[in-house]
Amino acid sequence: QAKYKERGSVLAEDQLAQMSKQLETFRTHLQAFASKHKQEIRRSPEFRLQFQHMCAAIGVDPLASGKGFWAEVLGVGDFYYELGVQIIEVCLALRHRNGGLITLEELQHQVLKGRGKFAQDVSADDLLRAIRKLKVLGSGFGIIPVGNTVLVQSVPAELSMDHTVVLQLAEKKGFVTVSEIRDSLRWETERAKQVLDHLLKEGMAWLDAQAPAEPQFWLPALFSELHGQD
Amino acid sequence: MDRFSWTTGLLELGETLVIQQRGVRLSDGEEKVKFDSGVLLLSTHRLIWRDQKNHECCIAVPLSQIVFIEEQAAGIGKSAKIVVHLHPASSNKEPGPFQSSKYSYVKLSFKEHGQIEFYRRLSEEITQRRWESMPTGQAMQVNKDSQAGRIRAVGIVGIERKLEEKRKETDKNISEAFEDLSKLMEKAKEMVELSKSIANKIKEKQGDITEDETIRFKSYLLSMGIANPVTRETYGSGTQYHMQLAKQLAGILQAPLEERGGIMSLTEVYCLVNRARGLELLSPEDLVNACKMLESLKLPLRLRVFDSGVMVIELQSHNEEEMVAAALETVSEKGSLTADEFAKLVGMSVLLAKERLLLAEKMGHLCRDDSVEGLRFYPNLFLTQS
Repeated sequence: QAKYKERGSVLAEDQLAQMSKQLETFRTHLQAFASKHKQEIRRSPEFRLQFQHMCAAIGVDPLASGKGFWAEVLGVGDFYYELGVQIIEVCLALRHRNGGLITLEELQHQVLKGRGKFAQDVSADDLLRAIRKLKVLGSGFGIIPVGNTVLVQSVPAELSMDHTVVLQLAEKKGFVTVSEIRDSLRWETERAKQVLDHLLKEGMAWLDAQAPAEPQFWLPALFSELHGQD
Repeated sequence: MDRFSWTTGLLELGETLVIQQRGVRLSDGEEKVKFDSGVLLLSTHRLIWRDQKNHECCIAVPLSQIVFIEEQAAGIGKSAKIVVHLHPASSNKEPGPFQSSKYSYVKLSFKEHGQIEFYRRLSEEITQRRWESMPTGQAMQVNKDSQAGRIRAVGIVGIERKLEEKRKETDKNISEAFEDLSKLMEKAKEMVELSKSIANKIKEKQGDITEDETIRFKSYLLSMGIANPVTRETYGSGTQYHMQLAKQLAGILQAPLEERGGIMSLTEVYCLVNRARGLELLSPEDLVNACKMLESLKLPLRLRVFDSGVMVIELQSHNEEEMVAAALETVSEKGSLTADEFAKLVGMSVLLAKERLLLAEKMGHLCRDDSVEGLRFYPNLFLTQS
């Protein structure tokens, strides 16, 4: 029996030795690739997209660790991890205005502004990938599709399906009313009010009680005029 | 589809053709329309569709109207598609085939293939936004001097040709890059297959594989970015690298933590550490995995997760429950405070201020008043006066 156990260990050892060797070979290939195309990764959002697609297809996450080959040799990690820092900073700076909700476009605009004139371009896909990685830090980063665009959440507020649906409804005009919710979604007034109250409390919606027909609930995240007032 | 306008299909001065593809059907969201079989052209400024049978029927949409695009792989009996999400039509849009549409997107079906290359080019054009720096003929001023006009036209053609050549050069480089990328990915795929087969063998030989070997295997997976096929746990948890990182962090964060009252959110730590590093940054997962090991390594910091999911790093000497007593005093002095007000007073981030007040509430020291004006905390008089 002892002999069987021994053989088992030897087999595992062999396999690992083989993998170790193949890893070294792969790393060499990656280095060759990097020496030719490393610039392309940093320079071209479109090449990055292709790269990410292919990694996902084969079951590899090039952004999992800064210690991985992809980050170390190809430098792809630094691009996204730094972008993560920039995203966090933009969201923090604007939180008091939009309650922690911002459109992907506005986020992209602000990030590019912060990066300066000569920095590399950043695509929507780049931002989304960086944001998905930030989720693991626990501070509430999330992505909410709404109509024509995507909202990025950066605070740990609970947003249920109900909240999301109302956000989607508000996306067209930037605001929504209780009547519109009742008519479009066929909800009871109470349910609509609860959702709107929650958004108000979180600072994600502002109330215009002076609106002509009935109170309007505006979403600062959906406005670019407001953001222009720096 | 109400974003499209009728057009002659002729390219404007300053507009360059990027790629074209035959056999494309245009759909209005999920609905089929009469644009069944056409040539799809991508220029630096617009997406143009021209009917293959009737060349007079030609429509276009500016690329600036595109919000984002998605791919839909081909299926059985279905062509590969590109879904193009569009901004609402602007009020000064030229007339087109549809006045209104209930969809904010159109679908391009590539009946004769070509979707992959087209998608690639379209992504590129949307990203580069060349239409912003290349004003088209319509935007240019009409020059009364026909001689100068002719010269300028020639000049522009010359520039265009240079741009075209440059693009071809870039194209060649990009094609080569893509080819090399494909080959690289083939090799990466082999590594994934190998790791799966090893993982299976490990599973079979459960108990016969040493702790040491498990650690080695995990570090190999970490190098490639492959999730552990056996345990499906997060990448690289419990590797040597993360242990070392944990120790490093304990050193780096001691002073910043003391400056900030002994507690920092993980996002703050992420920014602080990466800004300091400048290069060879940590991934968010690296940070979390390292922090998970702080306590077991008996380091002077620890990771704490609040009920809300917010994650923080605290000095071991920090006692959040004690800070709650101080918070109660502060709130009592002012009568009541919101998280924002408390944060300003104490000099904390709003995120952590809120967590402290919530903890105080959980411990029974504070009560909340949840109104549309915001969440406000009061000392819990029920407790103190009962």
